[in-house]
Amino acid sequence: MEFRDNKAIYLQIAEYVCEHILLEKWQADQKIPSVREMAVNLEVNPNTVMRTYELLQNKNIINNKRGIGFFVADNAITHVKSYRKAQFMEDDLPTVFRNIYLLNIDFEELQTRYNTFVKENF
Amino acid sequence: MIKIENLNFSYSKQRILFKDISMQLSNGHIYGLLGKNGAGKSTLLKNLAGLVYAQSGKIDVFGFDPAKRQPAMLQQICFIPEEFHLPAIKIDSYVKANAAFYPHFDHQYFADLLKEFDIPVGQKLIDMSYGQKKKVIIAFGLATNAKLVIMDEPTNGLDIPSKAQFRKIMASALTEDKCIIISTHQVRDLDNLIDTVIMLDENKIALKATVEEVTEKLCFKRVKELDETVIYAEPSLAGYNAVMANYHQEDSKLDMELLFNAVLTEKNKLKPIFN
Repeated sequence: MEFRDNKAIYLQIAEYVCEHILLEKWQADQKIPSVREMAVNLEVNPNTVMRTYELLQNKNIINNKRGIGFFVADNAITHVKSYRKAQFMEDDLPTVFRNIYLLNIDFEELQTRYNTFVKENF
Repeated sequence: MIKIENLNFSYSKQRILFKDISMQLSNGHIYGLLGKNGAGKSTLLKNLAGLVYAQSGKIDVFGFDPAKRQPAMLQQICFIPEEFHLPAIKIDSYVKANAAFYPHFDHQYFADLLKEFDIPVGQKLIDMSYGQKKKVIIAFGLATNAKLVIMDEPTNGLDIPSKAQFRKIMASALTEDKCIIISTHQVRDLDNLIDTVIMLDENKIALKATVEEVTEKLCFKRVKELDETVIYAEPSLAGYNAVMANYHQEDSKLDMELLFNAVLTEKNKLKPIFN
């Protein structure tokens, strides 16, 4: 995983976990990598991964089963979507809007592009 | 737990390094010790390991005074210096001669680390490259299972794949009972590994804060123009890389080089933020 340089690492790891859940690579009730495994894999401090897992627990995306490990929560996808949506609206949308405004991009053109993108990628 | 209280240290009357410094380090962290050349990073590490003696002040390492160099303390410390000398013997003889000093030495872990680092075990230490030797002493140091791990510029001399392996090894080596201190200039090699930054400057600890604390108080981002909210900035292709007070609770990524330069040049603006 390549880290970007503008967002806190623990949040980028949260995105990484959420991505796996959204793509159903990790499904409800499935065990996710331990803090240590994740830290080694991403070459980061285990305390950073712990911070990510605490955040995701608070968002009801993962559960901690004491002594066993962390598991994808029931309804995790719903929780991921609402968490990611809030993040997208707050962090990413303003930049997109700014460019749309500055470059006079037409909403209809965006709609067509969006439809093609969805068709090609999903 | 490590405690430093009112430490004063100088190599000579003209060259004072530490004036009355105090700090505490706890287990379960990787501390990144930063400072300009000659700021005293290596000397501070040597003080902790009992390799030099301070003029005054108190150091407590797991309840021991390092200056007494008691075996019960030394077996809990692994010190990986920047410059080292290895004898003209093979790895197994080296382990035979040295592992006995560390009651918790893990031979299997040592073998695993050598393998991960791709070290030719049959070769004499003296015939190895600097980077290979460095990897041998890093592997040996971690295999001692010492509670205090001190590393002075560990990534110097490591090739590109070895640096990634080093980061993986350190991420897995940090346990709740270990205190790891890494002094480095190569912050880009290690910035995601360090959870607490300690910066030495002008005979003092200019900053000691967790990454979380730093990013709570400061925001690191690219800006197009400079205004009064910017504490420190460096020009970049797309404007400026800036350090700003974090008024809007933004969760930015700590840029350690930028923080380092900010602390050196804008001490007075940063001090009230961190006190």
